[in-house]
Amino acid sequence: MRASLSTDRIDRAWIVDRIVQVLMFLGGISAVVFIVGIFVFITREALQFVFSRFDVVEFFTSIRWAPTSTNNATYGALALMVGTASVTGVAMLVAIPFSLGAAVYISEFATGRSRETLKVLVELLAAIPSVVWGFIGLTIVNGLIIDVFDVPIGLNVLNAGIILGLMAAPIMTTIAEDALKAVPDRYREAAEAMGATRWQMIRRVVLPAAKNGLVSAVLLGVGRGFGETMAVLMASGHSINLPTSPFDSVRALTATIAAELGETAVGSDHYGALFTLGLFLFLITFLINLTADVVVRGIRNS
Amino acid sequence: MNGSESILDVRDLSIAYGSKTVLSGVTLDVRENEILGIIGPAGAGKTSFLQAINRMDAFNASMKVTGTLNFLGRDVRAWRNAYALRRQIGVVFPLPVGLPLTVYDNVAFAPRLAGKRSRAELDEIVERCLRRAALWDEVKDRLDSLGSLLSGGQQQRLTIARALSQDPVLLMLDEFSIAVDPVTTMRIEDVLKELRQEMTIILVTNLVQQARRLADRTAFFLDGRMVELGSTESLFNGETLFPETRDYIEGRFG
Ligand SMILES: Nc1ncnc2c1ncn2[C@@H]1O[C@H](COP(=O)(O)OP(=O)(O)O)[C@@H](O)[C@H]1O
Ligand SMILES: [Mg+2]
Repeated sequence: MRASLSTDRIDRAWIVDRIVQVLMFLGGISAVVFIVGIFVFITREALQFVFSRFDVVEFFTSIRWAPTSTNNATYGALALMVGTASVTGVAMLVAIPFSLGAAVYISEFATGRSRETLKVLVELLAAIPSVVWGFIGLTIVNGLIIDVFDVPIGLNVLNAGIILGLMAAPIMTTIAEDALKAVPDRYREAAEAMGATRWQMIRRVVLPAAKNGLVSAVLLGVGRGFGETMAVLMASGHSINLPTSPFDSVRALTATIAAELGETAVGSDHYGALFTLGLFLFLITFLINLTADVVVRGIRNS
Repeated sequence: MNGSESILDVRDLSIAYGSKTVLSGVTLDVRENEILGIIGPAGAGKTSFLQAINRMDAFNASMKVTGTLNFLGRDVRAWRNAYALRRQIGVVFPLPVGLPLTVYDNVAFAPRLAGKRSRAELDEIVERCLRRAALWDEVKDRLDSLGSLLSGGQQQRLTIARALSQDPVLLMLDEFSIAVDPVTTMRIEDVLKELRQEMTIILVTNLVQQARRLADRTAFFLDGRMVELGSTESLFNGETLFPETRDYIEGRFG
């Protein structure tokens, strides 16, 4: 007799639940919409150039980037790509030991207050604006390189690499430390109970278990290196060059876009060429992030 | 069978976490080639006792150990190389901990720590220890799959194989059967009976009857003290001096 359908009605909780679902859905797809929107915009601006003036061979093999030449404009991006790659390479040589060392120290050795202080400091470092890093490169590192290596100019691959490495290290440290922290303590205790020293335990158990997270930290650092603009513009010397030593000045893809886009006419070949560089960068960073993501997914599944 | 030589000599041991004393005034000896059972309800201080023996207190700044714990004639805190001390003591935790390494590497872990590198020698140790832990037949075809992917019962036998690979003087088991099915529990109990010939075992157990089946002598811990220690036979025959012990053994509390 008490069984009744009178409770089967749409109540407040039901309505709130529906509204929240819709809002969350909008939030979720907006990320996708933005990414696709940006990609479409860049591609559209670039395509005009790609179809009219673009020469694949020239773009990837020539080092002559002379878009403003009035009678013979050329768009060879090789030097810019090598510039970006070399700076990123040096940056990783700097950042990987620093960030992994710091992450292992914070996660495995530091305790209590000193650990918390270190983490806050690392996060603070990550928040320093890139123009400030560029300024440090322009003044301090520049002077140091001139003095130490006795070269005429200190704005070069080495300088930009050091600056970029220091910039990327904090975020890499944070991600690497998260990966180490995700290794359960019971593994550490089991290893130490067997008589492993702290270092044996870290090397044989913790690092292998955190491997995927560490790789993705490094890849995100590489992505950061490819995308960084201001600091590289300031510290690299910004001159078109195929570098043969760390003391050569180079120009990066990003810096080229930033420096030149303001002076081009919308729709011109030069304008389109810069967007083509942008598209190229977009694809590269997308690939790097995708790889990092796949690697991280690997951790969760294992 | 029981040598009367004492491997571990505990005098007036007390353990505190911060200002909270969880174990006090424990005095006992562990004799060569015996199985010493330790029973008592949760929170009695059994795990803390084991941790003090292999100096796991080093990982917990608030854990304070006082008294003496002579292992092979030297107080464990006087051992200059705590790692060498731990290598002589095998530990099996309540929840199985397969390291995130292959089955092979799990068992070869301790021998490698001890500097063994030769593949043949490691192969021999891995097979021997897995056999003795009654696990070899189940894993011999998958030695290179992850140890952490084995079933709970298999992982617990893997941790026993790993403890044996240390070639320990003393084997300490902490409620090993808590996450293990009854069949595996019986198999491990058979393993322990054989191991008694070669090493000394401290068996902390939540199963009173397990102590009865395996232990030569049994200690009863309650509320941070050792109520009594006697031969398992006399304890279970009701020749106990303390009513709490009888109540616990007969399942009236705990
Ligand atoms: N890391 C710790 N910090 C603080 N107190 C603890 C810690 N570990 C155990 N204790 C306390 O010590 C007492 C004994 O615990 P334990 O040795 O684990 O007993 P048992 O193994 O007999 O259950 C319990 O009251 C427990 O709450
Ligand atoms: Mg316990």
